[in-house]
Amino acid sequence: MFGATLLLSLREIRRHLLRSILTTLGIIIGVAAVVTMVTLGNGVTASVQEEISSLGASNFIVFPVRTDRGTVRQFDQGDVDAVAQQIAGVEVAAGNVRSNATAFYNGQDWDTQVTGADSAFLQAQSIDVVEGRAFTSEEETSGKNVCLLGPKVREAIFLPDASPVGETMRLGSVSCNVIGVLEERGQGGGGADDDDTVMMPMKTVQRRFRGSDKIDYFVLKYDSAYSASVIQDALVDLLRERRLLQAAEANDFNVIDTAQVNDALGAVTGALTAMVAVIASISLLVGGIGIMNIMLVSVTERTREIGIRLAIGALAREVRLQFLTEAVVLCALGGLAGLLLAFFASVSLAGVIDVPFVFDPMINILSFVFASAMGIVFGYYPARRASQLDPIDALRHE
Amino acid sequence: MTKQPLIELEGITKVFGTGPAAFKALKGVDLTIDRGQFVAIMGPSGSGKSTTMNILGCLDVPTDGIFRFRGVEVQRLNRDQRSLLRRRYLGFVFQGFNLLSRTTALENVELPLLYRGEKKSVRRDAAMHALDQVGLAPWASHTPTELSGGQQQRVAIARALVSDPNVLLADEPTGNLDSERSVEIMELLGRLNADGITVIMVTHEQEMAAFAKTVIHFRDGLVASVERGARNLEPVPDSTIEGAA
Repeated sequence: MFGATLLLSLREIRRHLLRSILTTLGIIIGVAAVVTMVTLGNGVTASVQEEISSLGASNFIVFPVRTDRGTVRQFDQGDVDAVAQQIAGVEVAAGNVRSNATAFYNGQDWDTQVTGADSAFLQAQSIDVVEGRAFTSEEETSGKNVCLLGPKVREAIFLPDASPVGETMRLGSVSCNVIGVLEERGQGGGGADDDDTVMMPMKTVQRRFRGSDKIDYFVLKYDSAYSASVIQDALVDLLRERRLLQAAEANDFNVIDTAQVNDALGAVTGALTAMVAVIASISLLVGGIGIMNIMLVSVTERTREIGIRLAIGALAREVRLQFLTEAVVLCALGGLAGLLLAFFASVSLAGVIDVPFVFDPMINILSFVFASAMGIVFGYYPARRASQLDPIDALRHE
Repeated sequence: MTKQPLIELEGITKVFGTGPAAFKALKGVDLTIDRGQFVAIMGPSGSGKSTTMNILGCLDVPTDGIFRFRGVEVQRLNRDQRSLLRRRYLGFVFQGFNLLSRTTALENVELPLLYRGEKKSVRRDAAMHALDQVGLAPWASHTPTELSGGQQQRVAIARALVSDPNVLLADEPTGNLDSERSVEIMELLGRLNADGITVIMVTHEQEMAAFAKTVIHFRDGLVASVERGARNLEPVPDSTIEGAA
């Protein structure tokens, strides 16, 4: 019986092909909107998480903050060493200093940032050297004029084909020997472009650019087997002690847990995705009401046809099932077309806003099932009306 | 009684509406129609012939009285049971043909078999056979708009025939056709009757009624007269009609 009903429904859809397509347009757009929004939301989440993970997983970032008295007390290498040696679970602690400088090579110049950081920093942040080598500990302790190029700087002033390793360039008034090129990392946590930098040993930057042995901030990487909050508490206690803060005084430094930032940003992007999905699903609902509208019109328009069917012996429930099946088939076909549209829209829009295309099978299945279910909900009333027509009146209907 | 009549109406009344606006369309019709009959029902409009036709077609139920079809009291059946009776035993032909538009002749003829749940090959064969019976096999893939009125009515007759019914009910089957096509349709109905199908037809045209074996005249909701057919195409023995008013 159901096979015959399906056949009847498909024949009806074929009889009114243009109207069927226009009817399903609402469903197509609704499903496409929901799936595209969620897919792009997932892409944004993935891209945010990727950037967060560039800060390093299981990392703390520690930096000084301005106190109530308006002073900033910077950390030095002693603080970093103390943290590395005295807190259980800390694998690596490494400082970082920054300064602005203009890079010169072969008649070209490029305004960029000089970063003072040692191999420990590269290790803590999981930054790779893709060409050449990292600093040796001898270069770090003696503060040699060697440097690692960020990919932007390499691109800006070096020829693309020739390796810059072994070349000598100038940073402001300091000349340095290029020993390697850093991997591409994209936008950093603070909004600065991590690729537009030249990295030198920390001691070199402190001496030649800053004239001070202070550091801007330090990162520490901990063993993820340890509790992040226990390490954070120990870290805060140790730093307060080293900075001689009284019990009543607030911390004059800040500790950021990248895992927490990750979770927080994940929650925000998740909430935003859910919100746009809800807004998009309103259009799906409107599409469903459109289906009901057309089905009701269709019942009136096809009154005589329903009369013929009843006269030749169709049961009320067969007529009801036929109309219901028509609505569900329309919605399901619309749902499929919507998924197809969403796929192309997501792929191209992901390219435009520069986030990865993350295919989420769950939202695709869910939207399809939801669209089909809407066929039942919004098809039921018109179907019931059709099945309750009196065959004599229906046959007389003009 | 040795043989159960196909159709028995006993004291059938039909009232439309209630209260002072009530209209009594049938005022006590008694009628018996045997198998193999070709009956024409005539009468002025408002005489109750269409109402009788609807009751005979199990589309409507009488307000009062007994309607036996193959011995079954139809007035006691519910809507779906009457649908099943129509599906199994009755075929309908309408004045306005009532074919599904944008649907081929073959698919139109197949429709009753779809509701019977027949397999595709069975449907095809039976529908083609029915179209062949009405001489339209070569037109099977044409839609109603591509067919003439006479052809459309023949498709409708094929649709009524396809489920091998006991009774063919035709409501003004020639009302929308010119006289030449009308005669063709009547000859077709006569042939089908000769093959054993009971035909009951409403008409207001004397020439068409002449094709029937029996003509029943209605007046004011009652059977006014029953006359044995003036022109029988095929002699069918043992068929009687007993009408009383």
